[in-house]
Amino acid sequence: MKPALFDYAAPSTVEDALAALAGDEDARPLAGGQSLIPAMNFRLAAPSKLVDLRRIDALRGIAVDDGAIRVGAMTRHRELECDAAADAANPLIAEVLGHVAHIVVRNRGTVGGSIAHADPAAELPCLLVATGGEVVVCGPGGDRTIAAGDLFRFHLTTAIEPGELLRELRIPALPPDTGWAFQEVARRRGDFALAGVCALVTVVGGRCTAARLAACGIAATPVRLAEAEAALIGTALDAASLARAGAAARERVTASDDLHAGTGYRRSLAAALTRRCVAAAAARAGERS
Amino acid sequence: MTGPLRRRRLPMRSPDPAIPVSLTVNGERVEREVSPRLLLSDFIRHELRLTGTHVGCEHGVCGCCTVIIDGRAARSCLAFAVQADGAEIRTIEDVAGPDGALHPIQQAFRECHALQCGYCTPGFVMAILDHLTHEPEPDLDDGAIREALSGNLCRCTGYKNIVAAFRRSVELMRGA
Amino acid sequence: MSTMQFGERILRNADPVLLRGEGSFIDDIDLPGALHAAFVRSSAARARIRSVDTRAAAALDGVAAVYTCDDIGDLDVELPLLIPHPDLTRPKTQRPLARGDVYYVGQCIAMVVAVDRYVAEDAARLVEVVYDPLPVEMDLEKAVSDDAPCVHPDVPNNVAGDFLVETGDPDRAFAEADHVVRIKVRVERSTAAPLECRAMAARWDAVTGEMTIWDSTQATLSVRGGLASLFGIDEDRIRVIAPNVGGGFGQKIMMFHPDEVLVPFASMQFDRPVKFIEDRVENFVGASQERTQIHEIALAARRDGTVLGLKDDFLHDTGAFIPYGIAVAQVGSTSIAGPYRIPSFRVTFRPVYLPLVQVTPYRGCGRPQACYALERALDRLADELGIDRLEIRRRNFIAEDAFPYPREGVIFADGLQVNYDSGAYEKALDRVSREIDFDGFRADQATARAEGRYLGLGLGFYVEGTGLGPYEGGRVKIHPITGKVYVNTGLTNQGQGHETVFAQIAADQTGARVDDVIVVEGDSAAFDWGVATFASRAAVCSGNAIHKAAAKARRIILAAAANMLEAAEEDIELRDGAAWVVGTNRSASLAEIATATNPLRYAFNEAAASATQFAPASRSDGPPLAEGCAPGVEAVDYFSPSHSTWAFGVHAAVIEVDPDLCTIDVKRYVCIHDCGRMINPMIVEGQVMGGLAQGMGGAFYERCAFDAEGVPLNANFVDFLMPYATEVPDVEIVHMETPTPLNPLGVKGVGEAGTIPVAQVVASAVEDALAPFGIAPIHEAPLTPNAIHDLLARARAGAEA
Repeated sequence: MKPALFDYAAPSTVEDALAALAGDEDARPLAGGQSLIPAMNFRLAAPSKLVDLRRIDALRGIAVDDGAIRVGAMTRHRELECDAAADAANPLIAEVLGHVAHIVVRNRGTVGGSIAHADPAAELPCLLVATGGEVVVCGPGGDRTIAAGDLFRFHLTTAIEPGELLRELRIPALPPDTGWAFQEVARRRGDFALAGVCALVTVVGGRCTAARLAACGIAATPVRLAEAEAALIGTALDAASLARAGAAARERVTASDDLHAGTGYRRSLAAALTRRCVAAAAARAGERS
Repeated sequence: MTGPLRRRRLPMRSPDPAIPVSLTVNGERVEREVSPRLLLSDFIRHELRLTGTHVGCEHGVCGCCTVIIDGRAARSCLAFAVQADGAEIRTIEDVAGPDGALHPIQQAFRECHALQCGYCTPGFVMAILDHLTHEPEPDLDDGAIREALSGNLCRCTGYKNIVAAFRRSVELMRGA
Repeated sequence: MSTMQFGERILRNADPVLLRGEGSFIDDIDLPGALHAAFVRSSAARARIRSVDTRAAAALDGVAAVYTCDDIGDLDVELPLLIPHPDLTRPKTQRPLARGDVYYVGQCIAMVVAVDRYVAEDAARLVEVVYDPLPVEMDLEKAVSDDAPCVHPDVPNNVAGDFLVETGDPDRAFAEADHVVRIKVRVERSTAAPLECRAMAARWDAVTGEMTIWDSTQATLSVRGGLASLFGIDEDRIRVIAPNVGGGFGQKIMMFHPDEVLVPFASMQFDRPVKFIEDRVENFVGASQERTQIHEIALAARRDGTVLGLKDDFLHDTGAFIPYGIAVAQVGSTSIAGPYRIPSFRVTFRPVYLPLVQVTPYRGCGRPQACYALERALDRLADELGIDRLEIRRRNFIAEDAFPYPREGVIFADGLQVNYDSGAYEKALDRVSREIDFDGFRADQATARAEGRYLGLGLGFYVEGTGLGPYEGGRVKIHPITGKVYVNTGLTNQGQGHETVFAQIAADQTGARVDDVIVVEGDSAAFDWGVATFASRAAVCSGNAIHKAAAKARRIILAAAANMLEAAEEDIELRDGAAWVVGTNRSASLAEIATATNPLRYAFNEAAASATQFAPASRSDGPPLAEGCAPGVEAVDYFSPSHSTWAFGVHAAVIEVDPDLCTIDVKRYVCIHDCGRMINPMIVEGQVMGGLAQGMGGAFYERCAFDAEGVPLNANFVDFLMPYATEVPDVEIVHMETPTPLNPLGVKGVGEAGTIPVAQVVASAVEDALAPFGIAPIHEAPLTPNAIHDLLARARAGAEA
């Protein structure tokens, strides 16, 4: 389980990194390496060149302003998870990140790497979709912004083009009167989710005025659960509404049977997790108002 | 017997290109030339001959190869040696005292019979060392300890005694 | 005698070195100039090899050689069948490198030797193999049908042999029964997954004609014998060392994995050391596995729950080859009646070839499957007769005063008749019932159900035939210079704490401090005779051999000390590393005694010099070494058990099932176990808990999965779900000690115990928890969340229908 040989570059600017990637379709950026290096050790991936981003200071850092948390792509999971300002702006972030693998992996894995890798069962892409975040991507033609909803195309596939680099994540702050929750079922602690649901529920005067739900592990990308959201808005988040939301979530499951879960089980999980997650978020919304 | 397709002259060195790296390992400056694809775990073990860092899966699941890179525990099988250029690395060999006196975590492992074959043990010790460095007063509830230990596989002990050793480590470190 | 070390919680001698990272596992051993091997492995389960082209690989820079079956001379043979059996009529073993056909994904086709493992893997990928795929049948039950494709063309129905184990008159028992239950259970394939994969290094010395092998084996002496035979070299010219080994669990008892013969071969060819460090994927596809069996078991009982007879017919997946014979199925089939009288039973079984890596023992060795079949059937019987699950067991136990309890005609894996030596089964059941509060639980369960929570209580009893012969030996020798007590035996150590428990045994006889006893094993140069570490036999066989050898050494010490101290032997006591004249402060240290008993008296050190101050150790008037005497304090002895000794235990658990998420939460897990007298309870607990965690893996997480073409689906730690600390419950371990009369120490084996009943406990508890949903009985292990979901879904569909 040793990787194939590759060329290696470790530029210190984004421009140099883009130049190093240019013109070589088999070149890959190397961020935290927690998904890419195992794939290389299995020789499932054999990039011609790795462009190591670790020296590029411009890709690091967390800033909270204008109602959003801006996270440099090379920020480690653990740094974001433990960032007090980010947590104050949106406590859902730390709750989600606590489910990403284990601390030792989060110490090294980067948020940009996780988003660009786009595993449909991964937690961070689900967070980005649930919160309605966006990413900034830089390329030879300059920067562009991609909304979370447009970013994830398919299993391990994003709208980021070859030769482009992910620069930054932007995660909206938690809206007022809003509760949050993330729950997942994985076979072992730290494993990718068989199914996971992220919920943001705004409650005003005992009624749900807004809801944003997304799920991971149930389809080829993280999915927004729009029908489930619709089933909640305007209700008192009573058991019947939650059940309707759960039933709507169940219908969004398209993942086929795999080693650990069949479609039927995933459907049950999507429904149950949606109900529980919304209930947990609603309880927190109550606490905050 | 036709004999294998073999060379007359045996190779002694890898044909891979070599890139210079310079880093600090257990407080000592280390300079080497390495193939870009050399895993940090192999670099530590075979270039530096620090063989206490073990390799159990080479895909980041088992935690046997855990070392501390720039103050944070990391899987050394999920990093290339070239990425450690300029880094500061600490391995299991740097945990006991210079006279071999066991660190409180190591002492706790012994007292609690938290190791059997000892293969996963250095990884556990490094992960716990990292944990207690960043969280010297951790939650000592059974579930919280198991959560902290999750990420390292042990096939021998069933973890019960490692949980006890975690608790005992905290006691011994408080006393230290 | 002073305080006994036997029975004490002595901390392990081995720990400090391992904790400091100073252990020497095989890949830690620096062999300058070593070349590294990698294998080209079959990507097809069953195929004819049309061609193997090694040219590009051999031409790669850094490659020393590429071997196929044509290049390995006399080694191109079918490897040995280690344990033949008269009814194993169609045995098959593999060749080191495939010739003509491949039989499973992962089978070795070619070996690359290169400057390092990176280049070796590059080259292995350049070897072009063209396959003509052959049809496969992966379903164990379909594989025995007449129209199934045969793994081996000359083995019809893929059946390696037909086996029968019978005692009493089972047909009569079934005829006379009031009630018969019949169930079918299935346990899945798993793997030991030691954290150190298998490893092999060899160094041939052309000058001396000696071969040194470092092999992560559980059986150094057997590997030496086998290699001597395969290579035609004297055994004394081969030294096999198993240094620190990172877990074995049975997988490393199997020999020969192809690398074990090919790596020494390559080293001889190049006159350079060669290493093969198996990686994790190779461990999944190339190293032995175990577990898949399908049992159709029936119990014939009286209305009161007394089981009169048992019939079990099972299929045993042995993979594509059966190098270890039928050990797994034999151990399981002969343990099938568990702790119960069941006077009549008939077990028939067929080992079946499937195009998968071979099956050889993995911790538990057929017992987990047999226990699952029996205990599931007994639960079913209890339910159908309306008898409590504890009570039905009580009514069938072999009573404490009924031992020895032989099972006429049932031959265990040691070739001897099954004969339970001692037990206290009802006491164990009472104890577990009390510890888990069996009576209080029903109220808790009812309360929980009223709150919409589903608790269940599960229970599983097991017996384990341990301490299989034929024998082990031990040499106890006191070093004249240091006074350290060396204890050498033919076993190997994978972390079980031999170095500590054997030291305790030797210390009790010699009066040495435990820290001063150095146990040497895992080295064919350390002790010439013996078998290996497996089958929960180390403490029984080597432990008693060392005890006997140490007792002989004790007699030598006492005689010498009496002479030296000019006292009567009866007045000498051995303690604290010395011999003392009782009631005085006159003493001679073990170092002094060891020196004095050697007529050669160079004054190397203080002990040697001071030894001359005493009266002579020997009262011989003749030559310095009297006729019939040996120099020094040294003794060798052997222990050969009359038959296996039967340990036992019972586990119970309270498990909460979340019927929405189909997840389980083990609220409490109690383990009562009895392995006879305990040498070191701390080590025993470690063994039990470790086994239990592997049992938990097998009960809920671990399964080697293959697709319909025989391709492994989870040959990695991402998808083969070995539990982390978060997946293993805390376990309350309670010791009982029922000594065995079969050996001087009264010990039984404990290595595999914890693994055996766990799948049954989990199934039984989950069934109990989900009873309100009317789920079907649980008959498959592992029990996954997906399986729980399907059980619930079928129950709901049934309720609606």
